[in-house]
Amino acid sequence: MTATLPAPTLAAAGARRPRVPTSLLPVVATFVLFVVLFAVGSARYENFGSAQVFVNLFVDNAFLIVLAVGMTFVILTGGIDLSVGAVVALSTMVAAKTLQAGLPAALVFVLVLVIGATLGLMNGLIIHHFGVQPFIATLATMFLARGLCFVISVQSVSIEDPTFRAIATGSITLPGDVYLTYSVLVALLVVVVAALVLHKTRFGRTVYAVGGSESSALLMGLAVGRVKVGVYVISGLCSAVAGLLFSFYMLSGYGLHAVGMELDAIAAVVIGGTLLAGGVGYVAGSLLGVLVLGVIQTLISFQGTLSSWWTKIFIGTLLLVFIVVQRAISGRRPASRSTGA
Amino acid sequence: MTSANPSSTPAGPAAEPAVEPVVEMHGIHMDFPGVKALDDVSLRLFPGEVHAVMGENGAGKSTLIKVLTGVYRATAGTTTFDGRAVRFAGPGAAQDAGISTVYQEVNLAPNLSVAENILLGREPRRLGTIDGRAMRAAARVHLDRIGLRLDPASTLGEHPIAVQQLVAIARAVAVDAKVLILDEPTSSLDAEEVAELFRIMRVLRDDGVAILFVSHFLEQVYEISDRMTVLRNGRLVGEHRTAELSRLDLLSAMLGRELTTLEEVGRLAEQAAEQAGGTPVLEARGLGRRGALAPFDLKVAAGEVVGLAGLLGSGRTELVRLLFGADRPDSGTLLVNGRPVSLRSPRAPIAAGVAFCSEDRKGEGILADLSIRDNLVLAVQARRGWARPVPRRTKDELVERYMRMLDIRPNDPDALVGNLSGGNQQKVMLARWLATDPSVLILDEPTRGIDVGAKAQIQKVVAELARDGMAVVYISAELEEVTRLSNRVVVLKDRVKIAELTEPSVDDIMHLIAQHDPEPRLEAAS
Amino acid sequence: MTSPDLPAPVERPAGASLGARVRGSRLVWPALALLLLLVGNTIASPSFLGVRLQDGHLYGSLVDILKNGAPIALIALGMTLVIATRGIDLSVGAVVAIAAAVTCTWIAGSPDPTSASAALTGMAVAIALCLVLGLWNGLLVSVLGIQPIIATLVLMTAGRGIAMLITDGQIITVNNESFSFVGSGFLLFPVAILLALVVFVVVALLSRRTALGLLVESVGINPEASRLAGLRSRTIIWTVYVFSAFCAGLAGLMISANVNAADANNAGLFIEMDAILAVVIGGTSLAGGRYSLVGTLLGALTIQTLTTTVYTVGIAPEVTLVFKAVVVIAVFLLQSARVRAAFARLGRRGGPTRPVPRTAPARPVAARPRPAERVSPS
Repeated sequence: MTATLPAPTLAAAGARRPRVPTSLLPVVATFVLFVVLFAVGSARYENFGSAQVFVNLFVDNAFLIVLAVGMTFVILTGGIDLSVGAVVALSTMVAAKTLQAGLPAALVFVLVLVIGATLGLMNGLIIHHFGVQPFIATLATMFLARGLCFVISVQSVSIEDPTFRAIATGSITLPGDVYLTYSVLVALLVVVVAALVLHKTRFGRTVYAVGGSESSALLMGLAVGRVKVGVYVISGLCSAVAGLLFSFYMLSGYGLHAVGMELDAIAAVVIGGTLLAGGVGYVAGSLLGVLVLGVIQTLISFQGTLSSWWTKIFIGTLLLVFIVVQRAISGRRPASRSTGA
Repeated sequence: MTSANPSSTPAGPAAEPAVEPVVEMHGIHMDFPGVKALDDVSLRLFPGEVHAVMGENGAGKSTLIKVLTGVYRATAGTTTFDGRAVRFAGPGAAQDAGISTVYQEVNLAPNLSVAENILLGREPRRLGTIDGRAMRAAARVHLDRIGLRLDPASTLGEHPIAVQQLVAIARAVAVDAKVLILDEPTSSLDAEEVAELFRIMRVLRDDGVAILFVSHFLEQVYEISDRMTVLRNGRLVGEHRTAELSRLDLLSAMLGRELTTLEEVGRLAEQAAEQAGGTPVLEARGLGRRGALAPFDLKVAAGEVVGLAGLLGSGRTELVRLLFGADRPDSGTLLVNGRPVSLRSPRAPIAAGVAFCSEDRKGEGILADLSIRDNLVLAVQARRGWARPVPRRTKDELVERYMRMLDIRPNDPDALVGNLSGGNQQKVMLARWLATDPSVLILDEPTRGIDVGAKAQIQKVVAELARDGMAVVYISAELEEVTRLSNRVVVLKDRVKIAELTEPSVDDIMHLIAQHDPEPRLEAAS
Repeated sequence: MTSPDLPAPVERPAGASLGARVRGSRLVWPALALLLLLVGNTIASPSFLGVRLQDGHLYGSLVDILKNGAPIALIALGMTLVIATRGIDLSVGAVVAIAAAVTCTWIAGSPDPTSASAALTGMAVAIALCLVLGLWNGLLVSVLGIQPIIATLVLMTAGRGIAMLITDGQIITVNNESFSFVGSGFLLFPVAILLALVVFVVVALLSRRTALGLLVESVGINPEASRLAGLRSRTIIWTVYVFSAFCAGLAGLMISANVNAADANNAGLFIEMDAILAVVIGGTSLAGGRYSLVGTLLGALTIQTLTTTVYTVGIAPEVTLVFKAVVVIAVFLLQSARVRAAFARLGRRGGPTRPVPRTAPARPVAARPRPAERVSPS
């Protein structure tokens, strides 16, 4: 296989590449946004600019971070998972009820994770094998999971298990009297593992390829089916983990926990720079997205006079801005798609 | 090569290369419901050659490739690869065996890096995780092999389409492909990029790779290919050495001669010609669109049929889409009845009396889930807006008039158009526009893929319309059809309007296409 | 229905073609489901079908189902048109909450909170605001070209916040007879039913007597062909989102008038899901195109009957969600098989975005090259 190589003539084309990949720009923008919001808070309110307030962003949103990570996988393939909030609720309910029945905490963890993964698997199989739109399949699962909560119990069930409570209320004190919960560690671990899976495994790269162009991925001979089902399993698993973290946070199981949390997760992912069309995005971005949502919430609570519903309006507005910017950036791609080529 | 049976190729065998073919397809039949896509077609592919498959639309080129790569299972016939009989389960299996395909549209992930695109699915791994450095190094080797200097870490989508195409080739040959199929890889490339592609093709050919090349650009085929197989209407016309086949012979082999003559059509066309010659109804001045068609001028008078001739991909479809505002031109103006018309969308041209039937009946024409009646009145209704429905009586009149005039079957206005035959769907399209009483009718391949009876009917209707004063722009891949109907013929080649002839013969047009050398492409490539 | 050909565009003289018959049968499923539920209920409690007249008002389980189902049916009507253009409107629940919030706040804040004029102006303001919200959704979808599910997600998220903002986070209760009339009044039938019926008839008439039905379906079936035929797809898409918001606003009035209160948190919660479900059960494909208003109505009634059934059987009402989930999954598995059959039948090479045949390149069925050659099966 030796060939004489004539001088390449198209080398110049390669030189056009900008330094920072364009796909990272939204993440940078979100980071800047976060820093600005945090700085504004620190400037305006006493006690805002403390390490504890910063850490609390993680403490109060650990479950959302995990949820957003799972959602990132799904959205990267161009799908969506509306069932995550309901699966969180179901997880809290299963945990509370089984703990009440006297099951050991470790077994409860496993049980919840298995249920979450199974629901995710169901989503994936329906979507992939029956060609049902992700939106509608996960909607059904959302109904199912919420309904199952109420089958278990219509009332809220509080968690009394000592092991569980110990984990939930236990905290680690960092230098400077800053404390954080174990949930934060779990959430950060999930972020790191997810980043590794996405960037360092064949599965992860195929997730991006499928999101870039599913038909191309098929023609490239990639395991499209496995990946499409896999991301929903991951999302289900993440929802279960988030559900456990949420039960740590609330110390109860209830069918109306986490109503609308899927929207927060989607918003965090989008604000974190992941393209809804799929193929572009980072879990680090989603983490930043959650932090932005958290800092908005904190700002509003510090402000005092602004009611909490402003959070929803701000998030909605932010979502809009990011979507419109996304649309402007990738404006040409959807256009060429719609003509079908 | 005594085992092969070249006598089955009517136009005579090409001289036998001294090696065994790496791919040999013999007696391939491919039937789809109601269609014989391939009828006893054979193909031989030798190591170290560039082999062009030539043919017009519907000739069976892509079907043949799909049979080879296992997308379709041939109804009959044998395929041998490397001396063994094979029947691949799909493109994946074919690729594993050493037959790689690069498609017209780049089928890669634009959001991933060049290195990943080359190695996706077989990345080097260390401790279960992808070894980024090793991957980039491996990608560099593959890029070097075809002499492409690119940063493997750069994102694919940031490179021009041409470079992406070359990366697709790098991926295709990274598996030590013995056969590389290039399905119209040049359709979106400029001259310099084509030259680069050809350089790489030669490198691979000299490496012993057999390259199957499909292109609509005649000059490119003559520049790069060693041998060619010509198909027409699903049949093998011949296998030739490129050097031994003149362009004119190739054209007549590809286009064939239609034996049925429609005398009446000819007579009607003459009558129409006598009336033509007034002020132009439609006039394009310097209309063009980058990457689609070089700026052109065109005038069409009332009662005149202007035919567009050229091979597939020559720009004939692009031209009419610009006239209708289906694609937005980036230069030039369009005048209808002397008044300039905005081409931002088809609405202004429609309002000015321009009608257009797209060549893509399914994708851009019919509404399959609606009835004949609804399809027929759609354009009229669109013009009136939703609040003013076409009155039931008018609707019935229109439907009856045009269903009778065009002999649309079944004779049931409530039948769903999706269930109609191609010919009848085309007639419904035609009726939709005639119902708007247009002054200019643009027809892009109205007779493609429909039965002979409907073909003749549609041509007759066109001739009659022209006689009654309609200005018509007519595209057909069949030159006989174009010359028979048209008063003037505009000839296109390689996305440039190269000539305008008055009542030319088929030979005139073929000579023109065969001889004309569009300057930049050849010079840049050699 | 006032004329024999009024039923939504789906029904065609049977026997015309295979496709027409399959489509006709779409109505069979929701009708059958509804019938089964009704029969089941009657067996469980024989008084179920009983309707009695009292003080010139009709009472009975059936009337309750109709009355409680009216808001869902209304919203589902709007949703049907949106879905027919290949869209979706997730914001209807939030719009319900906003309409409720605006009206109640307006009435409560007016000089005479019990006057009819306060109720009328309040409702007018609410509906006007809803139209603006519909314009907003339409702008995002048709002009900015944002995917419908995402575009309406924005309002879904922010909308409840806006409703809370209007009510200042409180549950606003009002005591205004004219307003209550919309939710719980009677004109022999409950007014809510009559309102929903009026909207239904108007939409059905618009579908059949104007060209709206044809144009909406054209845009949904084949946007590119519609563009080349000269349709103003943009305007049409815009219109259906405005109409959807209008329906949601009206439903919001009914819902809040029924309880004489605006609860920004819970008014219309999950109603978008019910509406989508009703549309889908009614046989309108999420892939756009042909729609059936009658089917949607049947779908909405089926859902409401299901809810009522669960309630009368004595299961916790929240558990209805499980049944709904089962129904959604069943419907979609049914539909997806049908989608495949349709693919095989029409030989479409896969719609541009929607249900992509799973293994497009490998299956000749999905990639048949010249479907045009087939002859009609007459």
